[in-house]
Amino acid sequence: MTAPGEEQQVSSGFVRSYVITGGRGLPDAEDLSLVTLVTLAPESQPPPNPSPEVRAIWELCSGGYLSVAEVAGHLGLPVGVARLLLQDLHQQGHLLRRKAPPPAQLVDRKILEEVLHGLQVRFG
Amino acid sequence: MDSKSGSAESIYVPEAVQRAAKILVVGHFAVGKTTLIGTLSEITPLRTEERMTQAAAQVDDLRGAPDKKTTTVALDFGRLTLSDELVLYLFGTPGQQRFVELWEDMARGSLGALLLVDPARLADTFPVIDLVETYGLEYAVAVNSFDPHSQHAEDELREALDLLPDTPVVFCDARDQKSSAHALITLVRHLLTHAT
Repeated sequence: MTAPGEEQQVSSGFVRSYVITGGRGLPDAEDLSLVTLVTLAPESQPPPNPSPEVRAIWELCSGGYLSVAEVAGHLGLPVGVARLLLQDLHQQGHLLRRKAPPPAQLVDRKILEEVLHGLQVRFG
Repeated sequence: MDSKSGSAESIYVPEAVQRAAKILVVGHFAVGKTTLIGTLSEITPLRTEERMTQAAAQVDDLRGAPDKKTTTVALDFGRLTLSDELVLYLFGTPGQQRFVELWEDMARGSLGALLLVDPARLADTFPVIDLVETYGLEYAVAVNSFDPHSQHAEDELREALDLLPDTPVVFCDARDQKSSAHALITLVRHLLTHAT
């Protein structure tokens, strides 16, 4: 616990993330939700002299589609940091995304029916 | 699925999949969320973390929370391919009230929540129900118990948790796939009755 004005304690993990992201703020969750499916566009060329994290995300994402959460999990990065690296790839035109899922209020019957059917087939 | 005979088990989502859905597995600490996810997931469950930002810490301060340190919350999740074009992710979500920012993120886009309950620690479930209801998630209750279902136990639990009459209650063993799948299917059926 720290008093107001006192310097905030940060974990080493936080410092590490700060270095990876170059000190930029983490992007909003709207853009790349936990379950947005992403992959690298074919023919993408990695940047010269990539940092270890950038190299790792290129290797991981070139193999096929994964959710943003899976990218973070496989790379051992916090979700926010993985999101930032993915956003960079997106801005450089390297990222392909599947359509984002609708917000909770708009859950459509069709998806629920597909989920139910899929579960029954799988475990029925 | 045409990729099932692939030699090495792929970590990737099948190529044809167009959409991903999300269901939350919620409950208090050590209630069995990660066990249930591991029982159902087709991939080895993964763990990542969400870090509460400084902004959130300041919001917490306004609400009188004393801790200003950056908090890290571990998220365990698994995946199920449900058709040629749809995958489902199950996210274990911790039930502590102080993780409100995380809940906003988790609830967004979720189909609903499976609320895991330990019948011996019902009081620990109250704050989790508060969170689920605050974020407007439809839910079903899965009682993680070795005891089989009894109407008496269900009635007691319904009363203790003050459940709506149509909220499903199932008894399940989070280590058992059939039993856990039944709980998840019960939830999705319930969600369908509320869908428009």
